[in-house]
Amino acid sequence: MDIGDGKKDKVMRLKTVGSVRQKVLAVVRNYMMYFALVAIMLFFTQRTNGRFFQAKNISDLFNQSAYVGVLAIGMTLILILRHIDLSVGYVAGFSGAIAAILLANGMNVILAIFLVLLLGLAIGMYQGLVVTRIGVPAFVVTLAGMFIFRGLLALSLQKTGTIIISNPIFISLCQGFLPDIPGHGLGFHLVTMILALILVVWFAVSRIRSRRKSIAYRFQVSHPLTFVFQLLVVSAVILYIFYMLASFNGLPWSAVIVAIVLFIYHFVLNNTRIGRYIYAIGGSTQAAELAGINVKLVTSIAFASMGFLAALAGMLYASRLSSATPQAGVGFELDAIASGYIGGVAVSGGIGKVTNTIVGTLVIMSLTNGMNLLGIDISLQYIVKGLIFIIAVAFDVRTRLRR
Amino acid sequence: MAEDFILEMKNIVKSFPGVRALKGVSFDVRRGEIHCLVGENGAGKSTLMKVLSGVHPHGTYDGEIVMNGETQVFRNIADSEAKGIAIIYQELALVPEMSIYENIFLGHELMHGRTIDWNETIERSRALLSQVGLAIDPSLKVGTLGIGTQQLIEVAKALSKDVNLLIYDEPTAALNDRDSAHLLNLMRGLKDQGVTCIMISHKLHEVISIADRVTVLRDGETITTIDRDSGDINEPYIIRHMVGRELVDNYPARVPVKSDEVLLEVRNWNVHDPRSGRHILQDINFHVNKGEIVGIQGLMGAGRTELALSLFGNVPHYRITSGEVYFEGKKQSWTTPRKALDRGIAYVSEDRKRNGLILIQDVRFNITIANLQALLEGLVIDKNKEIVVANEYKDSINIRTPSIEQTVMNLSGGNQQKVQIAKSLFSRPRLLILDEPTRGIDVGAKFEIYSLMVRLIEEGMSILMISSELPEILGMSDRVYVLAAGRITGELSREEATQERVMELALKETKRDA
Repeated sequence: MDIGDGKKDKVMRLKTVGSVRQKVLAVVRNYMMYFALVAIMLFFTQRTNGRFFQAKNISDLFNQSAYVGVLAIGMTLILILRHIDLSVGYVAGFSGAIAAILLANGMNVILAIFLVLLLGLAIGMYQGLVVTRIGVPAFVVTLAGMFIFRGLLALSLQKTGTIIISNPIFISLCQGFLPDIPGHGLGFHLVTMILALILVVWFAVSRIRSRRKSIAYRFQVSHPLTFVFQLLVVSAVILYIFYMLASFNGLPWSAVIVAIVLFIYHFVLNNTRIGRYIYAIGGSTQAAELAGINVKLVTSIAFASMGFLAALAGMLYASRLSSATPQAGVGFELDAIASGYIGGVAVSGGIGKVTNTIVGTLVIMSLTNGMNLLGIDISLQYIVKGLIFIIAVAFDVRTRLRR
Repeated sequence: MAEDFILEMKNIVKSFPGVRALKGVSFDVRRGEIHCLVGENGAGKSTLMKVLSGVHPHGTYDGEIVMNGETQVFRNIADSEAKGIAIIYQELALVPEMSIYENIFLGHELMHGRTIDWNETIERSRALLSQVGLAIDPSLKVGTLGIGTQQLIEVAKALSKDVNLLIYDEPTAALNDRDSAHLLNLMRGLKDQGVTCIMISHKLHEVISIADRVTVLRDGETITTIDRDSGDINEPYIIRHMVGRELVDNYPARVPVKSDEVLLEVRNWNVHDPRSGRHILQDINFHVNKGEIVGIQGLMGAGRTELALSLFGNVPHYRITSGEVYFEGKKQSWTTPRKALDRGIAYVSEDRKRNGLILIQDVRFNITIANLQALLEGLVIDKNKEIVVANEYKDSINIRTPSIEQTVMNLSGGNQQKVQIAKSLFSRPRLLILDEPTRGIDVGAKFEIYSLMVRLIEEGMSILMISSELPEILGMSDRVYVLAAGRITGELSREEATQERVMELALKETKRDA
């Protein structure tokens, strides 16, 4: 059979089976985190008389969310594979401490960041190898990792205590803003707005291109008006948020870093072999094995990437605090795992998107940020977050089609 | 009362989606007899016993179950157990980490007030063990015992529940000759104590030695019940009834593609299971010519799937102790499915839901997953090309789905099977291994798959078809190898292969080295 060589005059129809109720539930489930995010933001904006949705607070929210977002992106892969990584918090804390020590000893900041990322990669590779080659469950390996890296974090800061970081480049990672062209006198951050325009144009062009390609292959596409409407809505949201940031200090570096990581992981998961393999293994390890997939290798790579991102997250956190403390990393894994599940990763594995995970992160961090603005006690914050987490997962479990 | 029946099953009909497993089976058991149930795989024996034991509860089947003259309504296993029915399955249901006495009384612990009376438990266990002829310490861990002993402990467990009707599902399938003989003796002993037995077995010589009556099932129907007094309990008579169906021409016509060119040759293939210490496959020799459909027939447990998986490079716990593979004239060896796929061998699993497909993903994802490299543009998957490929397979092998973006979980069994085959074809194999290609799919889809096989052969592919279904083996194969207890017991040409010949070879007793 000649397959894959010719184009066929065939219109692809997109249909789903199931009752109306199931369809509604599926839509609600797939976009739950977006609804939740909008609801939470509206709620806090109203309760804080608009303070929540001011440019300064949105900048803060991005800076606060960056380290969790980075961790959650890596965790998504691990959760899709039906594993878990409990060690990310202390790996992050330890990485931040090492970065601070290297900087305190006068190392070049770029080199220091590079070395710490390598350290994270090595830690991830070690945990991945123990999981795949020796066969210790990830829960146990990374629980042991919690002990080990908590100890290493404490040990590395034992003599000095908290190390203050003064390197301006390092600090700007999670506190700074993109530089602007000096002296344009426009009353807003020009570079941010230029970036916004570039982003909108890029988005529109890539959507139009893929639509053209689909038409060329004679696949069904949405109605032209719907398509234009979608383009306009997304462009308007991008422009509004960027304009808001531009009227303050501009785009924070942290947002740029998370966006780059998000873009890379989204692309890898959707457009490369290893991405497909991760979904296949999460769906059925044995079927993946029989499809010729090297399950151990792919799993190891996911853990290595998790270690790498944990190191990045640790440095973002250290940058945000301008210091490395022995308390850094406590509970990070909780927010990262909760982000993934709130973002719709299936508890039974095989399903999940990093873009939705980031929305899950924003849900969790908006809650934290909003409740802080309202002065709600930290103990209550934990309870609220936990309840929202369990409701999200319970809903997911009940509405997902059974295997 | 003319006859004293402990059990009568009247006109039992049981359907699964797309398949009618039981088409009106009637079956009765006299009090105190040993009654054997025989039939090919898929004849309906296990389904019938599941109906009897309440695994398929009342209301999910039609017909009537009468015990001791009373109609029974079993909603679950507990109901049937309460009436004194106990089933001993081929796969043992013992907890290896627990002691013998804990296992025997698991689920119906002997209580002393609100706590378990361990002393009484151990005492009773000792008595039960001696009843089944075991003189061992009841506090031993079950996991440390041999499989034959474990089988006897299953019997002791059944006896602890005041059993009236004891059902054995292939009890000796995994046992060596000595343990089998012991178990059969025990069954005779229990019969003398008044316990009625039903035994499902493929080992005809055991059936012949022990049965008072034999009921033959075929394709979900009762064919006959043979009484010992009739003198007809013998191998030829039983086999004739097991296989004696009219062979209707349900297979696409085809011109045999004659070729003497050998594509695959396997020599002295031996596979060993280090955990149980058993030989799974012994001295397997066979070959597949270009353009041939070679059938491998064997009953449950003969080692069919193990043969396929070991050739495909996927042997999770087994070890290939020796053997050589020649493919396209060259000696080859590979240890992973990836390498087998790269060499041009594809495998379609018998268990499509667990091993063949990623059920939560869509048709497109499943078709392309084993050969994504063919879709790469640089390092990136060309998704438009992928859609084209998936749609072309959808059309060319007629996968009935609203779109290629449909989740595979929502497709019918036949269409799932076609997706699985499409996946294998996309890796462009020269040899396609089909393991039970039509299991659990309806007649129409079966014919489509047979037609597809013919098309593939005509396009130059070779097929190794593993199946327990005799008609399809006979209807589709150019040559047939018969596998029994891990050995090839015979090779038959298309002309030589008759139902009786194949079944004789499949039931042939071969010694499995321990």
